Amino acid sequence: MYPFTYHQPDSVRQAASVAGKAEDAKFLAGGMTLLPTMKQRLASPANLIDLSKIGDLAGIEVKGRSVVIGAMTRHFDVANSKELQAAIPALADLAGMIGDPAVRNRGTIGGSLANNDPAADYPAAALALGATIITNKRKIEAEDYFTGLFETALEEGEIITKVSFPIPAKAGYEKFRNPASRYAIVGVFVAKRGSDVRVAVTGAGASGVFRATKIEAALTAKFSSKSLEGVKMPAEGLNTDIHADAEYRAHLITVMAKRATDKAK
Amino acid sequence: MPVVSMTVNGKAVSADVDPRTLLVHYLRENLRLTGTHVGCDTSQCGACVVMVNGASIKSCTALAVGLQGADVTTIEGLAKDGKLHPMQEAFRENHGLQCGFCTPGMIMSAVDIVNRNGSKIDEKTIREELEGNICRCTGYHNIVKAIAAGAEAMGG
Amino acid sequence: MTGTGIGAPVRRKEDFRFITGKGHYTDDINRPGQTHAVFVRSPHAHAAIRSIDASAALTSPGVLAVFTGDDLTADKVGGLICGWMIHSKDGTPMKAGGHPALAQGKVRYVGDHVAVVIAETHAQGREAAEKVKVDYEVLKPVVDMAEAIKPGAPVIHDVASDNTVYNWHLGDKAAADAAFAKAAHVTKLDIVNNRLVPNAMEPRAAVGDYDSGSDAFTLYTTSQNPHVARLVLSAFIGIAPEHKLRVIAPDVGGGFGSKIFIYAEETVCVWAAKKVGRPVKWTADRTEAFLADAHGRDHVTHAELAIDEKGKITGLRVHTKANLGAYLSTFASSVPTYLYAPLLSGQYDIPAIYAEVDGIYTTTAPVDAYRGAGRPEATFVVERLIEVAARETGVDPAQFRKKNFVRTFPHQTPVIMCYDAGDYDASLTKALEMADYKNVGKRKRESAKKGLLRGVGISAYIEACGIAPSAAVGSLGAGVGLWESAEVRVNPVGTVEILTGSHSHGQGHETTFAQLVSSRLGISIDNVSIVHGDTDKVQMGMGTYGSRSGAVGMSAISKALDKIETKAKKVAAYVLEASDKDIEFKDGKFSVKGTDKSIDFASVALQAYIAHKFSGQELEPGLKESAFWDPTNFTFPAGVHICELEIDPQTGVTRIDRWTAVDDFGEIINPMIVEGQVHGGIGQGIGQALHESAVYNESGQLVTASYMDYCMPRADDVPSYNVGMTQTRCPSNPLGIKGCGEAGAIAAPPAVINAITDALGHEDIAMPATPRAVWRAAQKSIGLKAAE
Repeated sequence: MYPFTYHQPDSVRQAASVAGKAEDAKFLAGGMTLLPTMKQRLASPANLIDLSKIGDLAGIEVKGRSVVIGAMTRHFDVANSKELQAAIPALADLAGMIGDPAVRNRGTIGGSLANNDPAADYPAAALALGATIITNKRKIEAEDYFTGLFETALEEGEIITKVSFPIPAKAGYEKFRNPASRYAIVGVFVAKRGSDVRVAVTGAGASGVFRATKIEAALTAKFSSKSLEGVKMPAEGLNTDIHADAEYRAHLITVMAKRATDKAK
Repeated sequence: MPVVSMTVNGKAVSADVDPRTLLVHYLRENLRLTGTHVGCDTSQCGACVVMVNGASIKSCTALAVGLQGADVTTIEGLAKDGKLHPMQEAFRENHGLQCGFCTPGMIMSAVDIVNRNGSKIDEKTIREELEGNICRCTGYHNIVKAIAAGAEAMGG
Repeated sequence: MTGTGIGAPVRRKEDFRFITGKGHYTDDINRPGQTHAVFVRSPHAHAAIRSIDASAALTSPGVLAVFTGDDLTADKVGGLICGWMIHSKDGTPMKAGGHPALAQGKVRYVGDHVAVVIAETHAQGREAAEKVKVDYEVLKPVVDMAEAIKPGAPVIHDVASDNTVYNWHLGDKAAADAAFAKAAHVTKLDIVNNRLVPNAMEPRAAVGDYDSGSDAFTLYTTSQNPHVARLVLSAFIGIAPEHKLRVIAPDVGGGFGSKIFIYAEETVCVWAAKKVGRPVKWTADRTEAFLADAHGRDHVTHAELAIDEKGKITGLRVHTKANLGAYLSTFASSVPTYLYAPLLSGQYDIPAIYAEVDGIYTTTAPVDAYRGAGRPEATFVVERLIEVAARETGVDPAQFRKKNFVRTFPHQTPVIMCYDAGDYDASLTKALEMADYKNVGKRKRESAKKGLLRGVGISAYIEACGIAPSAAVGSLGAGVGLWESAEVRVNPVGTVEILTGSHSHGQGHETTFAQLVSSRLGISIDNVSIVHGDTDKVQMGMGTYGSRSGAVGMSAISKALDKIETKAKKVAAYVLEASDKDIEFKDGKFSVKGTDKSIDFASVALQAYIAHKFSGQELEPGLKESAFWDPTNFTFPAGVHICELEIDPQTGVTRIDRWTAVDDFGEIINPMIVEGQVHGGIGQGIGQALHESAVYNESGQLVTASYMDYCMPRADDVPSYNVGMTQTRCPSNPLGIKGCGEAGAIAAPPAVINAITDALGHEDIAMPATPRAVWRAAQKSIGLKAAE
């Protein structure tokens, strides 16, 4: 790692204030992506602002027809929350599929969403469920939040504090893992709320998470995996790497969407 | 340099550390607890797994300065009063190790698996839960057996 | 004593330190005043070095020195060597290009060593390494073997203008051609044996130390064979004469071949310790391991099998291109030649075999021995051909094998080997039974109902272990002898120290070797310690690789124990006032035949040292013996593995449902450890078949340089293994041992691919059979079905 100055504020306000003053600052949540990147000398923030001592950033709460999850809530806690398992089981299920147990014990939902890795799982849930990303400055709808590979609508010094997920009627998540890294080659989150069906795909898109409108249309007609028989996703705009080419990814989107639909509850 | 204080294997420790110091290097270099190993650069192999506040983490992916006040248990702290932990015994009894390099991380992860899943765990669960620990010697067969046996023993 | 003797599943003595975090690996060693080495590595696959400017690095904080190839030359430090001479079929010697420890004017693969920074801390070394300015003239990379040998291809080494190290051959071409001319059926296959990265979990590491008072060096290093390292560093590289260089390989975290070799980093660390006057430490990070550890396999082969009208194999022709990488690593030249082609007869009676092998340079990491080394490549060729031939001729693959097995021993193959003992039919019969082979059809139908494709694949492998005798391997070009040494030191209280030239890096020698001693001397294994891995303690040794430590290393111990027994009988004879010819030794007791007079082993040991009962002129005091064992032949472990798996044609995911292994390793010292070796080998073999592949892109960058892209098998990628044994004793060593370390890695890949092709209904799949590849192949199967 390159040298950096370490900060450990105890409130969001203080964190924002440090970020405002410090040059080239980065926030550290669980560190599951940032620290490996820094170790490989691919990131070199001059200032690192550790959010882990800010008390009120973690927690899961059902508020009316939404579930609100604090940004520093660990994947393990999301996966094992009884409230969440009752309200949006697919989201708990997704959290339990991220990384490995030791990673789930450290990684956070806010960190994942702020990083917006194109192969991360949470972006698919946020987009399909129509989540609202709440920061210290404003509320951002998921539709507007993900802007590209590792890019989001967050501004310099803006800190995610919570994420609010509307409770769907039914939702399911299935992913096909990269056999080496175990990140998603294709992850598909399907969510049905009233007549509205949203399907978000992570891991596959050349510009990050996206909604699979073709699959949404088929599932809107009838929310059943049978509706997806013969639905062929286009390969354009999908990634090709040594593990999966675009055509294979396109095929897997439909397969994972079927399986997510079958799982949905 | 910031001062970090934590409890490691039941002992209070305190040191000035460069903020860049990863927990694994703090353990290995400052405390000379060399049982925790580094086998990769990408947080995947799990040779560095230790317990922090009762949960397994990869000590290669945590800054020591961030763990002010934490309670850390390493492989060296698992045996109590000269008696091996049941999971350590199970690894030996079931030949769950060969070169021994991944073993400390495997055992720490195994204890965490049992803590989270209870003492009756099926083979499929054990295999899935070992996603973050790579072994090159054993083909995993005897590690899986060891964890099942260790889990039973931990359950009483 | 039977509880801890030969044949008992004794729990390992070494485990206590490993399960309590008290293992002692090279990176755990810190010497007073230690500095850190960081290597400047080539970012290019192929480039000339115009200049190296280290001035900014030298003024970087904490930097003691920056060294380049010129500094090594100035100190007359020689280049790295390849210790096995191969001659081309025209009689010319192999073309070995220079292999400097730090580059001399040119770099030949990404990760090649250009310079080294020695600094107070690793972090400071890394900062400074980035400041070393290297002016490269980038040359065209040569990644693909087919491109490398085309006229006009960029030349990697001036000595090999066609990028070809050798065109080697073995066998009788005319006889093989004649068999094909008469064949009723010919099976042809094009086979790629994928390039692998060994990936021992402990990365390579070295600590070099120099004591100016005694002008002596110590190198702590992750080595499978510290004596060979000392020999090469002394006699060839010229660091110091052997008596001034101590090499210590402490606990080593796996090797699989990759820690046999003498690399640049270890060489530089020990040399630099004298230059800077302080210890120098280097530990590879995983990316360095990917870039600069010797890789394994990487063959492209065309193979043909001739069969007569009765279904008997009559001939085999093989042409292999072997990628040797940018430089010839320590034993690289032998792997695709003498460790490969002599195994092409498999378990079969094949009258005529002809093999040609082209060793080729490319601008990629050097390729050398990796678990099995040549034998997995040979087995893959043979077992794929056999399987496909059976399918093409409409014969059950198990029956086809049975029909062609070697059945009488000794059996001389047309490719050097003389198989001494085996019962291949017994292993196959037992494996078919254990695998419930007869009901595969039923299980296939059940899988089909779930939309899954089930397949079963057999692999009947043979390997040659304990490569020896030395005179024979010398005649094939080996630069070393392949014996092993042992010393047995009996202490006055009757405890025993065994000094062995074998080296354990996971194999459990501290236990199995002690079991042998326990059985022989009738003492508890707790009273036996095994000393290895230190050239100052053990006089000489050849190390551990090629499944040789049981067959060769333990045989040396056995021979030394014979001498101990002879000497101890003489001591006992004096004590018991009898002739040594009348002394019997059994269960740890020396007794006079036909009397009740006896004395136990510990008392004899004490008597040997106090020497009160005999004259020192008649019998030397003490009880210590040593022996060198040079085998009379290779050993030939063999067996049958059967893989049964299911493919999800929707995703291409392959799930192995059952694994059956039946191996004949001769005598078994510790079945628990032997089974563990089998498991580990299968795990690596499944890795090769389904997951692992080192991929270079067109510009010669290693795309799979971390676990993010190189797929290491995880626990949920592999099944439980059902392991059984058959046994024929090995006649060429006193213990009857054949060796077990590599069997799984040799047997597994063809078993997996034979099962996948069985499930798919066609042969068009290469290793690794990743989900994407299997999905594509399954699409083809669906197409073929539709066309039927």
